[in-house]
Amino acid sequence: MSQDTLFDKVWDLHKVSSLPGGSDQIFIGLHLIHEVTSPQAFGALKDKNLKVKFPSRTVATVDHIVPTDNQSRPFKDNLAEQMIDTLERNCLQHKINFFNIGSGNQGIVHVVAPELGLTQPGMTIACGDSHTSTHGAFGSIAFGIGTSQVRDVLATQTIAMNKLKVRQIWCDNKLSSGVYAKDLVLHIINKLGVKAGVGFAYEFAGPAIDELSMEERMTICNMSIEGGARCGYINPDEKTFSYIKNKLYAPKNENWDKALLWWKSLKSDENSIYDDVIKLDASKVEPTVTWGITPGQSLGINQQIPQLADLSPNDQFIAEEAYEYMGFKPGQSIKDTPVDVCFIGSCTNGRISDLRVAAKVLKDKKVSEKVKAFVVPGSEKVATEAKKEGLDEIFKDSGFQWREPGCSMCLAMNSDKLIGNQVSASSSNRNFKGRQGSPSGRTLLMSPAMVAAAAINGKVSDVREFINI
Amino acid sequence: MKSEFTPPFGKITQIVGQCISLIGNDIDTDRIIPARFLKCVNFDSLGKSVFEDDRETLKGQHPFDLEENKNASILIVNSNFGCGSSREHAPQALMRWGIKAIIGESFAEIFYSNCIAIGIPCFTLPKKSIQDIQKYTDNKSLFLEIGIKNSLAKSKDLNFNLEIKESSRKMFLSGEWDATSTLLENENLIENKFNNLPYLKF
Ligand code: SF4
Repeated sequence: MSQDTLFDKVWDLHKVSSLPGGSDQIFIGLHLIHEVTSPQAFGALKDKNLKVKFPSRTVATVDHIVPTDNQSRPFKDNLAEQMIDTLERNCLQHKINFFNIGSGNQGIVHVVAPELGLTQPGMTIACGDSHTSTHGAFGSIAFGIGTSQVRDVLATQTIAMNKLKVRQIWCDNKLSSGVYAKDLVLHIINKLGVKAGVGFAYEFAGPAIDELSMEERMTICNMSIEGGARCGYINPDEKTFSYIKNKLYAPKNENWDKALLWWKSLKSDENSIYDDVIKLDASKVEPTVTWGITPGQSLGINQQIPQLADLSPNDQFIAEEAYEYMGFKPGQSIKDTPVDVCFIGSCTNGRISDLRVAAKVLKDKKVSEKVKAFVVPGSEKVATEAKKEGLDEIFKDSGFQWREPGCSMCLAMNSDKLIGNQVSASSSNRNFKGRQGSPSGRTLLMSPAMVAAAAINGKVSDVREFINI
Repeated sequence: MKSEFTPPFGKITQIVGQCISLIGNDIDTDRIIPARFLKCVNFDSLGKSVFEDDRETLKGQHPFDLEENKNASILIVNSNFGCGSSREHAPQALMRWGIKAIIGESFAEIFYSNCIAIGIPCFTLPKKSIQDIQKYTDNKSLFLEIGIKNSLAKSKDLNFNLEIKESSRKMFLSGEWDATSTLLENENLIENKFNNLPYLKF
């Protein structure tokens, strides 16, 4: 059993009681909600005649169903309109702070909370969304919860949960140029497998992680869940603190000093005990692309799609399914695979630094005529900053469509969808069958820089051949 | 759907009601509630859509449409009931139609735990007994009184020893299945945490 890790410390701090069934009752410091998973939970409160216990500890935004072309109300999609309307009314009724469209603070929930300074070290954070693990980048313990747990957090500010084990993933050296956090996390999931993290919290550590910016750290923690871990985190450091400083909801003045003092005391001890430790060499990671139907089915840009015999027996069944669905042959190169759609966005890679990197690749270049390319900023703040820096113009000049913030084609709950068996180069996090809106649509996950390179060439390309990064 | 819906809460010790039989193995969650109903803002309206496509096909002859089953609350099913996706919408739809307990040959695992989490006890019986009940309900209504403590189902003519997982049985008797209520019992401790967490004072 792990001891004295950040996870242990934060867990113990938030433990309210041990429940008879063997799980712990854990206090949730920050609860984030959105339009898709909260309405049934509010409904359950009404059924049970309960109130929201601490409305000040819940904040809401709208992201999954928002259109990214025309956001004027009412939305064209009736169901989408009904969902945003329900969220508006629930927030009003229960006095919950809601960052609505046009507020300047709306966006994908996992982009918004950090950029507003709501996400802070040492907190427990929960949201009815599996990518809540993102917030662990700040040294908080953050996990996705189901609808009935959303109800429990609203009603009690606590949930019943079994304590997780802790696995440290130590990343030595540093990423080479043209290789990003997305490549590293895809590589980790590939090495460990998509189920390895079940029952674990992942602590990402080591020189390669220290080197990463806060936004890159969020990319890593975001995809912990794709490796099966409900929660991923990184011990906070100076970068963490300076990212938070002066954000809207960051502690101010003497409270800042107090917060800083406390945050600095929060990290895994030198001799803390882990349930498991894994080491890897980050300098060996190449730009990485998925070829299959799980985020674990990835390879370096210069590698070939694996032969069945190269895979462990456990992975063979899903590999066969993937060859068939994706239309790939074992041994084929991933490089030069033609793409139809290029999507930059999502809670994994829809932040300002992602847009900057992609814009750098696209500057003075044109998107291939065969490709539909669009960029969806992760939040209104990201969009504003990008415009200030003129990135929107670079995107538009290259042939990318510039859209309004939301989840968009990450899961295609709005009208941004693949058609038929189109292939998309996507900066998002899931390549499951049908994920991007067409039951036969095919998704290749990669970094935003790689998406930009694919857009220019109309096929999967090595971004390192493009620019001096 | 029945008039006002009130979900179960607290301890569940006894269920009394009329049985409704649904014959067939491997009835999956897509049949219980088709996927198009998942884009919804609440579970309220799911009750009337339960088995929508099956009912449409049977044009009024589906057990859930028969007048004599209107007030039934104990569902009798065969094996591997509730297989397929993990959607909580499936047991929610059944519950909102009026189902309060299910007796079957066997249940799919996630469906089973979703049922427990929302307060629907699921019991198992051997194939033969299930078929006996299903035959009986073909001709006339069967009213059962199920005691959770002794796992016994009684009616005028029939008696059954039901099987239920021991952990689930305990959770119903103690009320612990109802996570919200269990968590709320520690209200003082929760307040304490709220008042003492360092970052809530910054
Ligand atoms: S961007 Fe994608 S993964 Fe992230 S919250 Fe939205 S739908 Fe989920």
